[in-house]
Amino acid sequence: MSIHIHNVSKKYGSFQALEDISVDIQSGELVALLGPSGSGKTSLLRVIAGLESSDVGEILFDGQSMTERHPKERNVGFVFQHYALFRHMTVFDNVAYGLKVRPRKTRPSKQDIKTKVMELLQLVKLENFANRYPTQLSGGQRQRVALARALAVEPKVLLLDEPFGALDAKVRKELRRWLRKLHDEFHITSIFVTHDQEEALDVADRIVVMNNGKIEQIGSPDEVYTNPKSPFVYDFLGNVNLFKGRLANGKLMHGEFALDVPDSHTHTDDNAIGYVRPHDIHIEKTNMPGTVPAKISHIHLLGPIVQIELRREDLDEFLEAELTKEQFFQLQLTIGDQVYIKPKQLKVFIPEDYSI
Amino acid sequence: MEQSIALSKSAALQEPRIIRYLLTFIALAFLAFFIVLPLVSIFVTAFQKGVEVYFAAITHPDALAAIKLTLIVVAIAVPLNAIFGVMAAWALTKFNFKGKNLLLTIVDLPFAVSPVIAGLIFILLFGSQGLFGDWLFAHDIKIVFALPGIVLATIFVTLPFVARELIPLMQTQGTSEEEASISLGASGFKTFWYVTLPNIKWGLFYGLILCNARAIGEFGAVSVVSGHIRGMTNTMPLHIEILYNEYQFSAAFAVASLMSVMAILTLIIKDIIAWKSKSV
Repeated sequence: MSIHIHNVSKKYGSFQALEDISVDIQSGELVALLGPSGSGKTSLLRVIAGLESSDVGEILFDGQSMTERHPKERNVGFVFQHYALFRHMTVFDNVAYGLKVRPRKTRPSKQDIKTKVMELLQLVKLENFANRYPTQLSGGQRQRVALARALAVEPKVLLLDEPFGALDAKVRKELRRWLRKLHDEFHITSIFVTHDQEEALDVADRIVVMNNGKIEQIGSPDEVYTNPKSPFVYDFLGNVNLFKGRLANGKLMHGEFALDVPDSHTHTDDNAIGYVRPHDIHIEKTNMPGTVPAKISHIHLLGPIVQIELRREDLDEFLEAELTKEQFFQLQLTIGDQVYIKPKQLKVFIPEDYSI
Repeated sequence: MEQSIALSKSAALQEPRIIRYLLTFIALAFLAFFIVLPLVSIFVTAFQKGVEVYFAAITHPDALAAIKLTLIVVAIAVPLNAIFGVMAAWALTKFNFKGKNLLLTIVDLPFAVSPVIAGLIFILLFGSQGLFGDWLFAHDIKIVFALPGIVLATIFVTLPFVARELIPLMQTQGTSEEEASISLGASGFKTFWYVTLPNIKWGLFYGLILCNARAIGEFGAVSVVSGHIRGMTNTMPLHIEILYNEYQFSAAFAVASLMSVMAILTLIIKDIIAWKSKSV
């Protein structure tokens, strides 16, 4: 089922939670709503589910307006942040709930409910836990029960609010890969909310980056990562070094750097900031044209990658670079070494207000 | 290692033995003097003139009428309060609306108002000189000095018990389970019946027990509206007062002992519920 979100706005008192949000989601897509806390991503998810109403705007499922529909009529599966399992019911009863509360006409028989629930429990690998209560399960198991419960009503749309937020790193990674697989098998249009950029990049078909109730960028994971449309997206989707300088004649002037700006749209003498990812900083041991000298102040070995903190000699500013272990050992770097650096690629934004 | 740390910590956190025993002794002596002694004296006085007098006192027609009236009042007031309490707690914790704090204050009002004033309110409303007095007289409806008045006064006084017990409980439970239920297609009523009610059932029982105890024992408010008509509008506490004023001490204490037994039973049930609700 395709979802169209059309000019949705919502205010809580004087706080603008959502401002003129429009997104089109194709049938069968897995979309991540990514943003910091307070960016409106959960509010948007709740508006789609009907748990919250929007002040303005429309939500369409397959072209049909859902704006006035009660959440129970929207056929949406919602997985809550803290799972919201019914604490007085067993795992089996939790999963069966959506089928048991149907009006008599559409309610499956007891036997059918049982078959269906056991099928779902098998899918989430919890068939041996049917008689446990939620308090007797681990976080990852509860999460899977919540998912099975949402899937039991055969929703056309699956909405997940910070689905892996409360889990430890290893379980989180496992579960999100598993969710991706599940999504590919079931082809339910799914939207999940996250503040973890890695999670969004790893799992989603498309990412909607949100900030302050507005959409910053919509695109594929690769698009938003390599071609961010705004400084915020650049900053939020990974570490970044800022080169605050001036634009002149298609070059960004910053200390001794005169960096070519690829699609320079201005020739005026403008303030500008260059954004460079740590892994786009090139390190040489010999002085080459276009590089500036820097001193290594810290080295962090983080498994397969090596983070290097550098102090630029020309400006007395700190930079962060990332190398693979292989590159690191080839260069034979140690703390205090004099090296020469240049950015392999950078993106320039002209700040609207240079007071940052 | 772990144990030795735990031991040294607990030793540091504990008072000397003498102080501990002294404090325990003071607490027990206080309880014995103010609670156990009076309770025992009720039973001693009740049986002072023999078992026959005791049974004569509690099987006297006026006493039986008082017991019956008390039970009727409880049977009406407690269920009504259960319904009101659940509705008020539901509205106050699961929804946001204007005037929420005002409603919260009004729910607490009966705790703040003296029971005598609570009784007087109903005299002023429904008494012969009262606001609706003429209309009620014209239609031959008796409220004050009759069962409806006693029930009204009892409901008023016991109003907060159930709601007060449920509001903090429902606040900590939040609304996410209800939202989950609705997103799974359940109606509002089914959500209440299958999700909310099971989650609050022990709190609800607890509130009802407290409400029940107060409804049985209420004196002040009921005294004002009842009119003290023997065998007609006397509840158990009022009956005890009359007997006492007529110097029938043994009879007064016999009925009082009956009420004490009820109170003790209530407390035991309350403890069982508290224990049950913890283990679930």
